[in-house]
Amino acid sequence: MSNTGGCFHCGEPIPADIHLSVTVDEAEQPVCCLGCQAVASTIVGAGLDAFYQFRPEPTGRPEDIAQGEPGRYLSFDEPRVQQEFVHRDGDGRCETSLLVEGLYCAACGWLIERSLADAPGVEEIRVNPATGRALLRWDPEQIRLSRVMAHMGRLGYKPHPVLPEATDSHAVRERRSALRRLIVAGLGMMQAMMFAVGLYFGQYQGMDEEYVQFLRLVSMLVATPVVLYAGLPIFLGAIRDLRNLRPGMDVPVSLAIGTGYGASVWITFMGGPEIYFDSISMFTFFLLVARYVEMAARHRANATSDALARLVPATALRLRDDGSEEEVPSRDLQPGDRVLIRPGTTIPADGVVLRGYSSVDESMLTGESDPRVRGVGGKVVGGSLNIDDSLEVRIEKVGQETMASHIGRLLRRAQAERPSLARLADTVGRWFVTVVLIASATVFAIWWQVNPALAFPITLAMLIATCPCALSLATPTALAAGTNRLAGDGLLITRADAVETLARVTHVVLDKTGTLTEGRLSLLESRALAERDGADARRIAATLEQHSEHPIARAFRLDGTLPAAESVSVTRGAGVEGEVNGRVYRLGRPDWVTGLSGGNALDDFSQGPWVLLGDTDGPIAAFRVADRLRPDALDAVATLHARGIQVEIASGDAPEPVREAARLLGIDQWRARMTPEDKLARLHHLQDQGAVVLMVGDGINDAPVLAGANVSAALNEGTALAQTSAGMILLGGQLGRLARGLDTARRTLRVIRQNLALSAAYNASMLPLAAMGFVPPWLAAIGMTLSSVVVVMNARRLARPVRRPEPRPTPLHALAGGST
Amino acid sequence: MTIVYISIPISLILVALGVWAFFWAVRSGQYDDLDTPAYSVLLDEETDRKNRKKRKGGDGSGTGE
Repeated sequence: MSNTGGCFHCGEPIPADIHLSVTVDEAEQPVCCLGCQAVASTIVGAGLDAFYQFRPEPTGRPEDIAQGEPGRYLSFDEPRVQQEFVHRDGDGRCETSLLVEGLYCAACGWLIERSLADAPGVEEIRVNPATGRALLRWDPEQIRLSRVMAHMGRLGYKPHPVLPEATDSHAVRERRSALRRLIVAGLGMMQAMMFAVGLYFGQYQGMDEEYVQFLRLVSMLVATPVVLYAGLPIFLGAIRDLRNLRPGMDVPVSLAIGTGYGASVWITFMGGPEIYFDSISMFTFFLLVARYVEMAARHRANATSDALARLVPATALRLRDDGSEEEVPSRDLQPGDRVLIRPGTTIPADGVVLRGYSSVDESMLTGESDPRVRGVGGKVVGGSLNIDDSLEVRIEKVGQETMASHIGRLLRRAQAERPSLARLADTVGRWFVTVVLIASATVFAIWWQVNPALAFPITLAMLIATCPCALSLATPTALAAGTNRLAGDGLLITRADAVETLARVTHVVLDKTGTLTEGRLSLLESRALAERDGADARRIAATLEQHSEHPIARAFRLDGTLPAAESVSVTRGAGVEGEVNGRVYRLGRPDWVTGLSGGNALDDFSQGPWVLLGDTDGPIAAFRVADRLRPDALDAVATLHARGIQVEIASGDAPEPVREAARLLGIDQWRARMTPEDKLARLHHLQDQGAVVLMVGDGINDAPVLAGANVSAALNEGTALAQTSAGMILLGGQLGRLARGLDTARRTLRVIRQNLALSAAYNASMLPLAAMGFVPPWLAAIGMTLSSVVVVMNARRLARPVRRPEPRPTPLHALAGGST
Repeated sequence: MTIVYISIPISLILVALGVWAFFWAVRSGQYDDLDTPAYSVLLDEETDRKNRKKRKGGDGSGTGE
């Protein structure tokens, strides 16, 4: 059993003293922790180990074992809570939509669906990895929601109930409506073209007049829904543009479709040389395809911003005037309400502490893993975790007013902006459109003088040929392909313009805690003192820390059997004390620990990140607990340097750890103790010098800093808020992916430029040709189609893997056959 | 050639049926997730095969896998 490959489940390196494994396909596979072991065992036990063969990359580490416990989700069984997000239908079945964290590939969706589909009481389970939503229908008589959610937790995913948001169904409705239009346009186009072929042959070979008329009539029949139903958004867009007196691309397009249709109808009833139903149907179809691609990309990018729904717990304990407690949905809280927040629960909204003294973990919002102490009068923020003791809090801001919502709004506004390249295309398009309209009018006037019969078809051909359809496809297709490729590489794009800006990055500014480091405290060193057994001391420390909720406790976690600890008490700000095997021990701040034995703190360990374990005789062991650097940080920085990018650190931490990190990583520029304002100032300074800055962080990094950076990236393990505010999410905490992502982004930008050039060249060359009458409308339509196809095929080049520096996880059968 | 007066209306009816079928598919959410079902084909078969193997082997009747 080797440790070199990393944990079988999550891929992270296995600590030297961990020897856990899971039996898969009769081979022992190493795992890094009880959490991964539990999840992997569940998957294998259910016979679903095929999952490991097909997932594109290792899944994230399950954050804590408790996420698989039904007890965690019991509050969601409450009818009062369920009325918020559960829909009951006629025959007593319940239906809800859950937001599931950790769903990053289709294999994950399959895993959940497969393992839950056969559970008694589960009627339907459908998971969509693209949006992270799971649709669940169940029979409340046979199974409870908490059990289903716990099952998902056991598989390693985190389900959250989603309050039905308007945005979600809006996106679905928009997409379905666009799809319906696309279908009608597509089928209508094919039919119209079919009849057109008949008509062309008729023109060539000679056909009886009655058949010509018949074909014209049926062409009109199939083209009508295409124009009036499928093409409706285009006409509406043109009307809107005209009303605002802004020449948009919809105007000449509507003109072409409208006049083409109108003239063809006239000719069908009144007689005439040609009809153009096929051309305009094709035209409409391709325009709709372009819009659909753009819309799909936009929707995918916005799907992750629903993460804000997670930060608020479903219920809170409100205190009535007489001091009694009532459990209410968090949504019902009003400013002025008093709530009781038990230790270990999330704070439901912004407020001020009335009674109690505790520490809160605001890492969800700031990324700082050190808890902050809060006493009477202290402010607490909705979404943070209360650690030590109960707090009575008066609510000040709820719902939309909380800091979390406020920031979410800022970000949604930023997200609604269209990417700058698309805006550039719009501006160019507008200018181009005016030119085309004027030119068409001119051409029509000229031909009317020369040869009136030709005037209309030529003008129509001109309008069709110069339509910048390929132009409007140029950017979205390349962006879609590039975004998919990046997602496959482990970089999820959440804002449309992130890709183009990423390609132009010159400077990377990194946060330290949680970005360069793992964001949690790990045990870096243990030293045995006074000739005591180190391993023994370690176990004692582990059993004592089991009773503490403090973030430091996680560093001491040890799997396996531990001696029992009795009468454990936690002293805030100092440490934990308890009795193990009859002896009293203290684990914590050096001076407090030595207080037990009456001695003084040893000089060596009085400063810095040392935690002491001592008993009544004196100190037994010293532990160094600090935030570890990510294993691939060094490589990542080196690769960025190799690409000619400047890297620097801007951290809110103390100078010593920052200096050390910079030294280890080979970074020259580093700044410590930076407030968000300082970071923003540094950003502006760099930008004034012409730099394009990429900001990488995991805490919220404050909205102004994020808005200030040209593009920002959040780590997957970071705060939900950071992920919604950044332009992209780095999966698996692998900083190395940034450099690869950079290469892909640059290629994407190149392809976009190529596409724009190609489509511009096409339009420019077609304009004179059509004006002079060399291009009949059907040729114009075909040419437009061809140019669109060329642009799309060019974009597809991005999807092909160019090089594979990192080997993919080997499939199981290969591993079982090989040797280690 | 008069057959055209029958064949074309029939084809139009078929097209109308096609459109209706597509609309139904969109309404019932067939197009909402296009990735997961692809994996189902691969993984479900693999899983069923393994489960069958396991059940046979775990019988205790020693069929010798």
